[in-house]
This record gives sequence, C-alpha cells and structure tokens, in this order.
Amino acid sequence: MTALLEVNGLRVAYGKIEAVKGISFSVEAGQIVTLIGTNGAGKTTTLRTLSGLLKPLAGTIRFDGRPLAGIPAHRIVALGLAHSPEGRHIFPRLTIAENLQLGAFLRKDGEAIAKDVQRVYDLFPILGERARQAAGTLSGGEQQMLAMGRALMSRPKLLMLDEPSMGLSPIMMQRIMATITELKASGTTILLVEQNARAALSLADRGHVMEIGKIVLSGTGADLLHDESVRKAYLGED
Amino acid sequence: MHQLPQTLVNGLALGALYGLIAIGYTMVYGIVQLINFAHGEIVMIGAFGALTIHLWLPGGTPLPAALPLMLIGGAIASVAVATAAERFAYRPLRTAPRLAPLITAIGLSIALQQIVWAFYPDAKKSRGFPQFQGDAFELAGNLHLQRDDLFVLIAAPLCMLALGLFVAKSRTGRAMQATAQDPDTAKLMGINTDRIIVLAFAIGGAFAAVAAVAQGLRAGQINFEMGFILGLKAFTAAVLGGIGNIYGAMLGGVVLGIAEAAASTYIQHIPGMQQLGGGGWKDVWAFALLILVLLIRPQGLLGERVADRA
Repeated sequence: MTALLEVNGLRVAYGKIEAVKGISFSVEAGQIVTLIGTNGAGKTTTLRTLSGLLKPLAGTIRFDGRPLAGIPAHRIVALGLAHSPEGRHIFPRLTIAENLQLGAFLRKDGEAIAKDVQRVYDLFPILGERARQAAGTLSGGEQQMLAMGRALMSRPKLLMLDEPSMGLSPIMMQRIMATITELKASGTTILLVEQNARAALSLADRGHVMEIGKIVLSGTGADLLHDESVRKAYLGED
Repeated sequence: MHQLPQTLVNGLALGALYGLIAIGYTMVYGIVQLINFAHGEIVMIGAFGALTIHLWLPGGTPLPAALPLMLIGGAIASVAVATAAERFAYRPLRTAPRLAPLITAIGLSIALQQIVWAFYPDAKKSRGFPQFQGDAFELAGNLHLQRDDLFVLIAAPLCMLALGLFVAKSRTGRAMQATAQDPDTAKLMGINTDRIIVLAFAIGGAFAAVAAVAQGLRAGQINFEMGFILGLKAFTAAVLGGIGNIYGAMLGGVVLGIAEAAASTYIQHIPGMQQLGGGGWKDVWAFALLILVLLIRPQGLLGERVADRA
C-alpha cells in the first residue's frame, strides 16, 4: 500500500539560506504523524512547501498518488490537503461563520457545508455561540479552534496542523489535543507540527525529530517518548 | 449664509465624483498595498473611450440614449488598461521593494498621457465632450442643480452600494476580503488571489470610467492631462476617508468636495483673505485639508489603525 503523503529528498531555501536540507518521510492514511523540533528546525517551512506557498529547491512530494510539483497553492486544497497555519491566521475582520465558509470555498454542496459547519460547532461550542462575531475578537485558544475548524471545512484527506498549542493555556491545550485525538478516531489523517514534543508524541503513530533542516531521528511516538536523547533535548528531562 | 445650500449641492456633486475615483485607489490598496498613481490616467482613458463612442454614434443621437453606450465604451477602455497595467507592470514587481511599483506607477502615468497626446486624434488640445441641453433644475428659490451634475449624484451612490453589497455578500466578495486581510491564508482556502487582484483593478477601472463620463459632462471637455489633478484629489479623498475602506473613500470624496466648494465660496469673504478665496485657490485648501487630517487622524475618518495583521 502506498502512503497518502510521500516526501522524498525535499530541499527548500529562502534566497541562499537553506531551511530544509533534504528530508524524506511519509504519512499513511489514518495516521497521526508529527514533526517535532526547536524553532528554526524547518518544520513550518516543510508544511508551507507541502501546501504550495513555497517552492521546493529539489525533491518530490507525492500526495494521494500524484506529484504536487508546480501545482499552485490555491489548487492544492482541492486535492484534499488542508493546512491550518502557524499563528492561526484567521481572517480577523470576517465573522466566525464567514471564516468557516471560506474553509469550504471550493465546495459547491451547500447542504453538506451547512452540516459540516454544525459539526465544527459541535466540536467547539464556543464558535457556534459567537458565529456572528468578528473572528479577531476571539481569544487565542478560540482562534486556534476556528483555524482548525476552518481547515476541516474543506473535508481534507490530510489535515496539516502547525503549532496548534502555541500560546495556549494548559487547559486550552488539552482541549485541542483531545480534539486531535477525536479527529483521528473519525478517520482524519493528520500531520502535526509541534514544539510541545511530549503532547505531540503521546498522540502520534509516528514522529520525526527535525534539527536545522534535517530529520535526525524517526520512530513511533512511543519509541521517541522513551528515547534518551529526545528526553534530554525536547522533554526537558536530565 | 444664504449661499450654503448651493455650496453643499455643488460640493456634493464634486465629492461624489472624487469618491468614485477614490474607490479605485482604495480597492487596489486594500488588496495589494499599492498606491496606483496611474489611476488618474485610467480615468482619462475612460473619458477618451466614452468620447470615442460618442463620435462613432450618428450625429444627433440624444445624449440620454448615447450615455449608456458611452459608459460601456469608457469602461471597456479603462478596465482594459487597468488590468493590463496590473498584469504587465505591477504583477512582476509584487515581491519587489515597495518603491519599485510606485516608480512604475508614475512612469505608467506619464506614458499613458503621452500615448493619448500622441495618438488620439486632435488630443493635443482639449476635445469637446457632450453636455445635456437646457437650464439647471431649480430645487428651490435660488438653489440650482446643474443638469450634468444629476448624473454623478445618481451614479455614485448606486455604484458604491452595489459594490458594498457585492463585497459583503457574494462568494467572490468574501474572497476579496480574505485576500485583503491575509493573502497567503486566502490561497490555503483555495482562492486564486491573482484573479482577485485583477478583479480589484477591473472594478477600480469601471468606477473610473463612470467618474470620467461625469467629469466630461461637468466640464464639457476632456484632455490628456485631466487625470493628474483628478487622481491627486481622489487619492486625497481615499486617505481622508481611511484608505482600504470603500465607504470611507466616498465619505472622503464628499468631505473634500464640500470643503473645496466652501473654500471657493467663503474664504474670499474673510477679512484679509480676499486674495486667497475663489476657485483659483481651491486646490490649495483641498490639500491643506489632507495635511490637517494626516496630522490629527492619520488612519483617516473611517480607517482602522493598522495593527491587526499578526
């Protein structure tokens, strides 16, 4: 069986600075795969390249059996790859309902869209209560919920979440992590980028540790959680 | 004081015209943060497009019948030039330092003037533009509305409301708002942001053509330089109202138009300022108002402070 996402020898540069220096990994349908690592490791750059916002220098990306090379960002979401970006990037002056509608921008099935909006409200009741409010008025955690809900509105085959726990209170973070588990249970495949390594590895089927543009260690979530070097470097243990 | 109602009517007509052009600046700025300084020339091109249709029509075609065709001709010319400017002049510079597109805009503005000057028949001097026949409407004793002003007073609010509805309610309008607020994330939603940018230029071009016809009617003539001062005034109006905001652009236009009309009417009556009043100084007062607003309220009347882009 081929993987849903296959990344091979991916290199990405900003001008002369190479941020991703030849990484390979894959995501099987139904899995949660996480990329962990410190700031500047190249995790966000990897996701932005997968969704077409950045052009790779070299390497191949195959998604759902087809190469993504040369496909512009606005066409990639139509293939089933949704991206909830780092820093949430909700549309602050549009309402919550309008943000969710934009998540379904390319869909034409009005009734199913309405059902999916309701599903997001069931997942995050606060969003339903504030549907007509400008998204910029939400708290950070609520904005994160909206960003995730918005990404789900395209009914993706693969959901990419970039730092969903960033800047959240511990309670809010637990909610988000619980939601990711729920999403997996409902069959969504997830590629999760996190600085909170412990939370990410506890959920993940597989994890990859990135350091300055390279994958230095790969394994199952549980393996990495118990790996000596990971514990020292990323879990804050001696 | 008995001149006040007339001053307001004159100012409103002038302001509505500025507002239509200002919407073009504000649409483009709202989406690509570019001041399209060639936008005044887009107005001028629209005026010549409309005149071309007028010259094609058989002599004696009544103006009310010719007007819709002239508007279409003007809009085709303006929209074509505005979208071509986007595609070939601005798009290649989208990631360049901001000075580059600005200088390009100024160059384009001069080029468009010179092209019309050189190639449009008899455009080296002013060309006559048709006007409505007959006296001004008498709204009340001593309060008159010029026949040619009626057009802009109807067209401007209609255009603005239609655009406002389109942006707020339609699927494409929502995509425009998303692109203005966060272009990269808009792409992640599946929005073709290049097309949205072209659309912003096209709408600005269409509004410029309506303003061009209004200006032609008011003045009874058009020329290759007409876009310069109109463009500058409309840019002032857009900043005055809060750049990036459609309703702000119209409000800024109306405030500027009324201020100009009031300055031409009243300042000459202020003791010691006789020589600073009248029509000759109206541009000075218009730009003085801009400076004042920039000092007191730099985000403009309806503008938001630019801080919410995380």
